[in-house]
Amino acid sequence: MSCFWDSLLSLRERLAKKELSSQELVKHFFERIKEVEPKVRAYITLTEEGALAQAKEADKALAAGENKPLLGIPLAIKDNICIRGVRTTCASRMLENFVPTYNATVIERLRDAGAIFLGKTNLDEFAMGSSTENSAFFPTHNPWDLERVPGGSSGGSAAAVAAGLCAGALGSDTGGSIRQPASFCGVVGLKPTYGRVSRYGLVAFASSLDQIGPLTRTVADTALLLQVIAGPDNRDSTCVDQEVPDYLAALDMDLKGCKVGVPKEYFGQGLSQEVAQAIEASLEVMRDLGLEVKEVSLPHSPYAIAAYYIIAPAEASSNLARYDGVKYGFRAEGKDLLDMYKKTRSQGFGPEVKRRIMIGTYALSAGYYDAYYKKASQVRTLITKDFAEAFKEVDFVLGPVAPSPAFKIGERTADPLEMYLSDIYTISVNLAGIVGLSLPCAFSEKGLPIGLQIMGPHFSEERVLALGHQFERALGLFKQHPGL
Amino acid sequence: MQFEAVIGLEVHAQLTTASKIFCSCSTAFGAAPNTHVCEVCMAAPGTLPVLNKKVVDYAIKLALATNATIHPVAVFARKNYFYPDLPKGYQISQYDLPIATGGYIQIEVGSQTKRIRLVRIHMEEDAGKLIHDEHRPVSFVDFNRTGVPLLEIVSEPDIRSPEEAVAYLKKLRAILRYLEICDGNMEEGSLRCDANISIRPLGSKELGTKVELKNMNSFKHVQRALEYEIRRQTALYLDGKEIIQETRLFDVEKGVTVSMRGKEEAHDYRYFPDPDLVPLKVDDQWVEDIRQTLPELPDVKKERFMKEYGLPAYDAEIIISSRHLAEFFEACVKIFPKPKIVSNWIMTEVLRELNREGKEIHETKLTPELFTELLKLLEDNVISSTAAKKVFSEVYKTGKRPAQIVEEQGLRQESDEETLRAICQKLVKEHPKEVEKYRSGKKGVIGFFVGQVMRETKGKANPKVVNKLLTELLESE
Amino acid sequence: MGISKEEVLHVAHLARLEFSEEEVELFTTQLADILDYVAQLNELDTSKIEPTYHAVPMSNVFRKDEVKPSSPVEDVLANAPERENGFFVVPKVIK
Repeated sequence: MSCFWDSLLSLRERLAKKELSSQELVKHFFERIKEVEPKVRAYITLTEEGALAQAKEADKALAAGENKPLLGIPLAIKDNICIRGVRTTCASRMLENFVPTYNATVIERLRDAGAIFLGKTNLDEFAMGSSTENSAFFPTHNPWDLERVPGGSSGGSAAAVAAGLCAGALGSDTGGSIRQPASFCGVVGLKPTYGRVSRYGLVAFASSLDQIGPLTRTVADTALLLQVIAGPDNRDSTCVDQEVPDYLAALDMDLKGCKVGVPKEYFGQGLSQEVAQAIEASLEVMRDLGLEVKEVSLPHSPYAIAAYYIIAPAEASSNLARYDGVKYGFRAEGKDLLDMYKKTRSQGFGPEVKRRIMIGTYALSAGYYDAYYKKASQVRTLITKDFAEAFKEVDFVLGPVAPSPAFKIGERTADPLEMYLSDIYTISVNLAGIVGLSLPCAFSEKGLPIGLQIMGPHFSEERVLALGHQFERALGLFKQHPGL
Repeated sequence: MQFEAVIGLEVHAQLTTASKIFCSCSTAFGAAPNTHVCEVCMAAPGTLPVLNKKVVDYAIKLALATNATIHPVAVFARKNYFYPDLPKGYQISQYDLPIATGGYIQIEVGSQTKRIRLVRIHMEEDAGKLIHDEHRPVSFVDFNRTGVPLLEIVSEPDIRSPEEAVAYLKKLRAILRYLEICDGNMEEGSLRCDANISIRPLGSKELGTKVELKNMNSFKHVQRALEYEIRRQTALYLDGKEIIQETRLFDVEKGVTVSMRGKEEAHDYRYFPDPDLVPLKVDDQWVEDIRQTLPELPDVKKERFMKEYGLPAYDAEIIISSRHLAEFFEACVKIFPKPKIVSNWIMTEVLRELNREGKEIHETKLTPELFTELLKLLEDNVISSTAAKKVFSEVYKTGKRPAQIVEEQGLRQESDEETLRAICQKLVKEHPKEVEKYRSGKKGVIGFFVGQVMRETKGKANPKVVNKLLTELLESE
Repeated sequence: MGISKEEVLHVAHLARLEFSEEEVELFTTQLADILDYVAQLNELDTSKIEPTYHAVPMSNVFRKDEVKPSSPVEDVLANAPERENGFFVVPKVIK
């Protein structure tokens, strides 16, 4: 009775019908984890004891007839989201032994909804990267082809969902870190509107771009998780005070006549043939669903990466200044304070983190602020306006998630800039703060998943999820799983 | 050659909100280390700031009280640098878009009135405390103070002397205390001052090289540090030597300023708008609501007291130095309409007690009713002025009614002429030698007789009446 | 638009990072490449464009001036690399 491929919603039904208990479910997942994890390495920390205890509680509640939205459902959480009492490392030596004394808001909401945590998943260190190869501990392997990357930075979460090592997961997205691994691993990943989900307890990378979001095997599952975690939070000033609609109820809304825009700038060089074809095919499906497809223009797209790779590192350089060996985390011995600072930070951070801190510090430094940070922020306005203009003509913007399917581990590590350039399709979404959903739309010749991105204006999650859900049902790809 | 000093002051005022600026920890002073700390103010990973509205209310209050321009949009910015008492590795402050700019503080030096213009007022968070170990090469960090709200008030370099600097600080402190937004205590650190000072030949319009002075923990320190620095810079100038732009610390023991060169480096704070906080929009209604809560401010009150109560400037300055004291004064004058008497007593007896205990008048048992009752007893000659002082101390200590104390302690003055005359006559008879002395020209001997009468009456005789009677008796025969 | 080794060392100091000789060489090259790439933003005329610092426009988010219990001191110091008598301990700033 392999339940590890089941969608979250169907597991919820089975638990409610008492077809299986939460404890059994958790045990199944841990058995599968023991079998598969040595190959995939999605998790940094497993919390088996805690999960079983939580499952026991859940079973009591289920028996009593409680019906909280996620009661008894086992999830995996990206290791940059704080869980009280559980090691939260951000895949960095700097926080290798850090145990938070507080929960992230999303964790409290998941717990209130009855969810269970199986463990903390691997990521690129401090969420900086697109392949999870920047983890200070070990890389995660793509369940569809173990020699390939799962994408990043939420590679661990995406792989765990794809390999049936949890019912669903949380990740974080600053420049594509949920959507791109979702695409590489053939699962669904959503970056909600900026401010839709509280960032409290998410270890900050780039504050004006970060969002927490779900990774699941179906769009409906993502809708459910979003439902639970979204909403105002008085601990996060940037979390928008807006009601959370019923995303599940909206999934089957009538979308006939809606317009889908395809940016002409997205189909230039760099995009692999296979991905271009997969997107074309997806547009056909959209037409079949009754939507109109038309071309739109996002003229400032070519500048998005440049703007992002100034803004994100600038904010990160400031956000990571707190890692100084004084209050928590790693500390190196130093002959005096300055020496301690330098050794601690140089030994505690990996090369990509240091690289971004350097870029960010430079971009904010005296004499360079106007030329870099301010300039990039002005270009951000132009990019945001591009989308606003496009959304006057269309309801959704569609495009690829990544220029190619998953690449091989080690293939792109030599040139950081090359890695940055592959963020081309996801990055603008973070700059504009709009919604981005990634879901499988095809497989490559080599059997690797290819993702489609559906973008919508601020707070249009209902529609975006509805379109994703209907597209997913039409295609039926969610029924396919890696051979692990 | 004559020189003039050009001085600007940068003051940090710790606000008296109950909770910190970006989290709900208490701002109360004196707690055990790291017991007023939460994950937010200790900068734990994943934590975020949320602004305490009262801090903005207080900033608006001060801006109104100093006639500053309040900006409709204000933004918090990060000031990035590394130090152990700064847990985030940046301080949340304001840079490009502070809450207010401009404004002024009026000071009186001698008989001159002068306006010291302000550059800006902005909000920021305080850092923690670093304590250095005497013997081992370590320091200890306490984050209790991290996140306590501060207002930074920067003046234009309009100040021309150490006296003006102190007058400015005193007036600023009075305003802060009137508004009830800051305790204004330099010794305790709720009011901190750094100075920028340069000198130039009198008449010159160019600015000289400015030196920053730190580590002044009282008005006296500020005065002494500036005086020393003026002498130092003048001497260098006259010697033809260069004045180096640097930061100098005031050395309390030696009364000199000492260079920090070599220990300090130019900071590149890399300011940028804090992405974790959203812009502040201050509309007219908000400002108006705050304006309604403003008390009568020190300068206005002083003018009014001088006019309405005929107080000299010096007295008025003292009475209005504390809003509570000023209110006490007015309440007393309402009951006992002799302002000069009330103000004299306040400036001597009352302030002595208040200063001794470090209290404000409203924190004591002395009420306008009790106080004026005492003054009336004195005015009516029921008690002597010596007795009055005794009664005052008792009233202050116990809060008992003066009339009650007078009765309990038998301090009622004997003023009846018949009674006293009899005693005086008796004593004059008993001391013929002294009478001789008096009549032979030593008029001072009357004091001996007064003393004797006092002894006889156990201090209760009304000295004025006794004097009068004795004089009559001694002069007559 | 390159970046010199001196600038790299200066920025490293600002960020409290230190590098070996090889790392400095490598970083200088990598940083120069990246800065070269981002310089393309200068192709755009942004003189009349307001910068965007917040993706979704918001203003005036406040909390009330209320005191809530602070963390127990054991929690505050729970992850401290070095602690003594309720304080965090750090090496002295060099005198």
